[in-house]
Order: sequence, then structure tokens, then C-alpha cells
Amino acid sequence: MSSGVELDHITVKFGNFTAVKDATLDIKSGEFFSFLGPSGCGKTTILRTVSGFLDPSSGVVRIGGEDMAGIGPNKRPTALIFQNLALFPLMTVSENITYGLRVRGADKAARMKRADELLELIALPDQGKKLVSELSGGQKQRVAIARALAVEPKVLLLDEPLSALDLKLRQHMRNELREIQKRVGITFIYITHDQGEALTMSDRVAVMSDGEILQISDGKTIYDSPATSFVASFVGENNPMPGTITKAGKTGAVLKTAFGELRGANPHGLKVGDKAILFVRPESISLGKGAADATITSQILNVAFEGNVSHIFMKGAGKKELSVTVGRHGGAEIPAKGAKAAVSYDPGYAVVLPEGKMARE
Amino acid sequence: MSRFIVFLLPLAVIAGFWLLSRQESKLAHDPTHKSFFQRNGAVLGIVFIALVTFWMLFLVVMPYLYMVQESFHPRLPPMKRGGPEDFLTIQQYKSFFVEPSSGNWNTLHLRAFFFSILTSVFVTAVNFAICYPLAYYMAQAGTIQKVRLLMLCLIVPYWVNEILRAFSLRLLLASKGLINQTLMGIGIIDTPIDFLGTNMGLYVGLSYAYLLIMVFPLYNAIESLDKNQIEAARDLGAPWWKIHRDVVIPYAKPGIASGCTMVFMLSAGSLAAPQFLGGPSTLWFTSIVYDFFFQAFNWPRGAAYAFILLTACIIFVLAILKLFKVSLGETIR
Repeated sequence: MSSGVELDHITVKFGNFTAVKDATLDIKSGEFFSFLGPSGCGKTTILRTVSGFLDPSSGVVRIGGEDMAGIGPNKRPTALIFQNLALFPLMTVSENITYGLRVRGADKAARMKRADELLELIALPDQGKKLVSELSGGQKQRVAIARALAVEPKVLLLDEPLSALDLKLRQHMRNELREIQKRVGITFIYITHDQGEALTMSDRVAVMSDGEILQISDGKTIYDSPATSFVASFVGENNPMPGTITKAGKTGAVLKTAFGELRGANPHGLKVGDKAILFVRPESISLGKGAADATITSQILNVAFEGNVSHIFMKGAGKKELSVTVGRHGGAEIPAKGAKAAVSYDPGYAVVLPEGKMARE
Repeated sequence: MSRFIVFLLPLAVIAGFWLLSRQESKLAHDPTHKSFFQRNGAVLGIVFIALVTFWMLFLVVMPYLYMVQESFHPRLPPMKRGGPEDFLTIQQYKSFFVEPSSGNWNTLHLRAFFFSILTSVFVTAVNFAICYPLAYYMAQAGTIQKVRLLMLCLIVPYWVNEILRAFSLRLLLASKGLINQTLMGIGIIDTPIDFLGTNMGLYVGLSYAYLLIMVFPLYNAIESLDKNQIEAARDLGAPWWKIHRDVVIPYAKPGIASGCTMVFMLSAGSLAAPQFLGGPSTLWFTSIVYDFFFQAFNWPRGAAYAFILLTACIIFVLAILKLFKVSLGETIR
């Protein structure tokens, strides 16, 4: 049974506003796929298009190879988990879970059996008679998942379902969602603006901005080799250092920045004279001098001790401070606030990208 | 003597309000809760209590109490009131069931009573059937501009006074009215349909008169329903009518109860529409009450009839609320 989701040149317009621009991607059957982007980037629009609540202005949605045009949300092999869960408050937990079966005409015995199975799956056995309002946030979350799974969808669509939970529970639910996905083996499409969620759970992530898909890759690639300046600045912390390329080769490029000439990988093959931005992650920088084209000397503005790590904020190239994260046992003593210090990085973990849109801080 | 109860009982109302204000702070479990007088100050507190007491006493309690005691007295000229012929009696209530002069069943009034109640039930049902889709459209489906336009179209006709509205309906529905003329003109019918004589006009007029009273409670109830609930049901495979049956209507039940209660009560107690739009042989119960008060000057019997109607309506409504498992509190939410 193939349950892959294909978006074929999907464009969605609301009046003059284009919410999704020419999105093409292929989500494999059984994959945990995330759309990651800031609010308003069009990720929810994509989800609603897949679920059938929105018709694309142009393009084709295929689920399991079948064109979904003209098929309403109640007829698609998808189930959607809403951001606010949208559990039915006047129904019990069991009634909520089996609602999809009830409207499909399943008899009571079959419904009760399925409810028990699912309550087992979400680790809430014998809670079926409770009202939804009697459950905790995490339990409601699981009921929403069970309700969606009850109709045996080929694709489960999740619209930031964890955003209402507190941090601890959210981290716990991440693991749980991943577990459930592995157990049921269906395709999960997950929408989030939280990169932690996207990176930890997903097989692949699509990073979106302004209706465009900027990069589709696994989490590690997105983190280590961002395709655009937006991806680099949106996913994780990053230190952007704009400048002009003075040397360019296959392995890397040297950029003339406010801190002098600095080196980084050059995945786009930029040429000498191009305007570009060097991105170095805070945890890739360490105290002490390194190679001449990978050493930055600046003034320490502030040091924030966070237990396992310390964040050093140095005077940056532009408005943004240069952030350096050092581990507790990193060796060198952190210089005092106000002092000048030299820091260096491994050019293999720095990347030079063409100038472009940055994520808003 | 019994007439003085009217002036004694209201004292209980004053005492009641005073006790309420005393008890309020005790009943609140929150220790930081301020009492009624602490919140408003002594002067304002007294003013509030006095105003509410005045309102309740002179505008609600006393007139009703006066009518209640009136209904338990025989009909007497003013001169003989309080005299030896004045005594407490249930004869006015009895006269609703049994005609005092002949001793037969009072079929005329009983029939009018049940006709009024049943017609009101019917009108309520028709009103609900019209207003539910309207309210749903306004609350969930329509765009803001269209909803505003619709709202305006609903409200503006009610700026016209009730009598004019009833008469204009009469003009439309009369034998030589616009509708009959049109239908005959295009050859659908040969002889005019007697809308008014068959009470069609009455049903239309009553339904129309209380349209808004049904629409707004429904609209309020449905409007607060999270759109995601509707979409969730749809996503789970429910066709539209199951979404309404399982999600929207159960959620809007208090609003439905509130709208239906008001429309039923008002139409059972309405006077203008039945008088202007009812057929010649149609007798509406409130018209009988009206006649007792203003034609026969038989206030005791009129009051008794009015209370019979009120009690019947209240019992009916409470029974319906019980049946649909809605608490009275929810309907006034």
C-alpha cells in the first residue's frame, strides 16, 4: 500500500496574496516529514491543501499516486490533528476516538473494540468514559492522535499539535509521537515553527519562507549545510558575517568581513567579488587563536553562564552580537567582560552563502 | 384582608436583598473577596439595593401579586369590594374548564387554549427550521460583508411597527392580495386561496414576528463554536448533516432552547398578530383574556385565564428543557 504524498507544482493564492509558490515535493510512504518555517510562511496552507480544506490554485496533490482534485476532506485518506486539537467537548474520550468510525457506520461493538485498542496504544487504558475536559493537556494530545488514527488514515497531518504544551511535556510528546509513528507505520506530515521538533522527529524537513520551499533534506544536512541564508539563520543559532569574496575555490572561499578575511565552505561555488555572508555556529567557535583566516578578535560584551555551557557575546560585525558557546570543560578560562579576546573556528563547519533574506530575530 | 398580603409579601423582597448582600461575602470561598458593601461603598450599595428593590417591587412583584389575588376573588363592582360578598374562591379558574352558567365543559375556551399552544409549538418549529440555517450561515459560513448585509435585511423590517407589519401581511395574503393576484395572473390557480381564513396568515405573521428572537440566540450559540470542530468532524469523514447532528446542534443546544422558549412564550402570549391575521373563526387565547379585561371588565376571570396560560407555558417549557437535558440556567447564558 503506497501512501506517499506528492505535491506537483502546487500554488495557492488568496486574492492577490500567494500563500504557497510552486511547491513540488515527494513525501515517501511511511516517512515522518516536517514543514518548518516561521508563522505565515505557508506551511499550514500546504497542510490544508493536502487535507482537502483548500483547493490549490494550480498544481496537483497526489496521495498514494491518486489525484486528489475534487475529493473533499471527508473522503481523503488523511486525518488532521489540529493545533488546538478540536476535540469534541460534549463527547467522552471513547466517543471522540470512535467518531470517525461512527460516521462511517461502524457498529457499536466494533467501535468499542477499536477504542480500547487505541486507548491502549496511547497509554490511556480505561479512561474512555471520561469527558475530554477531565484530561490533562498531554492526555488530550494523545486522544487527538487516537481519534485521527481510528479512521486508519494513510497520512496523518499534524498542525503544530505540541505548541500548547509546556516544555517538558513537549519534549516527552516528541518521543511519543515518533514512537507512535514507527508503530503504525503511516506517513506523518508535521507542521511546526519549532526547529527542535522538526529536527528531532523528522526523517526529512522542508524549510519554508514566504510560501517557498527553500530546502528539503534530513535534519543534519539542514543544520550543517543550509542552502540559503534564510535557512542558515532560521534553523539554530548562527553568526552571520557579511562581506565580499576575495578568494574562491572548490573547497572553500575567503570572505573579507568586518573581522578581516575569513574562510568557509563554498557550496554554491560563489566567485571572487560576489557579496556573500559567512555563517559560523556559536558551538563551532572556541576560545583561542587558530588559523589566521579562521580567527576573530573582538571585545567581550557579556558572558551568560548556563550550567553545562556558557554563552559569550562579543562585539559583532553588524548590529547582531557574535555569539560563542563554550562547554564547561572546554579548557581555556573565559576572559573577563570588556576584555579583548581571540576566538577561532573550524572552517569546515563554516559556510559561505549568497546574500539573501534572513530570518527575523 | 387578603388584599393586604400584597403589601406584606414585598417586605420579604427587601429582606431578601439585604440577606443576599450579607451572605455574599460569607459564601465566597476566596478570602480576598470583598463584600457587596465593601466593593460599592455604603451609599452606592444602599442606592443599588433601593433601586433593584424598587424595580422588583413596583414593576414586577406587586403587579403580579395583585393580579394573583385578583384572580382568587369573585367579580364585584368596586363598591362591594371588601364587603361580605368578597371572599377567596377558585371559581375563576374553574370557569375555564366548566361554563358557570350552564355547567357544561367550556369547550370554546379550552379549544382556544389548546389551539394557541399547538399553534405556538408549530410556529416555534417553523421558526427554528428557518433560523437555524440562517444563523449557521451568519455565524460560521458567511463572509463579514454578506453577514452584515443579511443582518441589516433582518433587522430593518423590525423598525416598522408591529401593527403595520401585520396589516401589510394581510394585504399580501388577502383574497385579492398581491400573492393571489399574481398566482391567478400567471394561471397557477383559478380561485384565490383563502390564506387568512385557513390561518395561513396567522402562521406566517407569528413566524415572521419572532424571527429575530430565534435568530440571535442561535447565532450567538453557533458563533462561539470553534470552526476547527466542524472541520475535525468533516476530516473524520462526517457528511454535512452528521456534522450538524453531532457537533453543531449539541453545542448550540442552550441557544436553541433559549430561542425556542422565547418564541414559544411570546407567540402563545401574542395579541396583535392573531387579531389581525387570524381567520374569522379563529379564537386566540390571549384575545379571550383581553376581552375579559377590557370588554367584559371581568378582571378576576381575565387574571385567572392569564395565569392559566402562564403556568401552562412554564410547565410546557420546563418539560421540554428537561426532555432535551438543558438546564434553565444555560438558556439565559
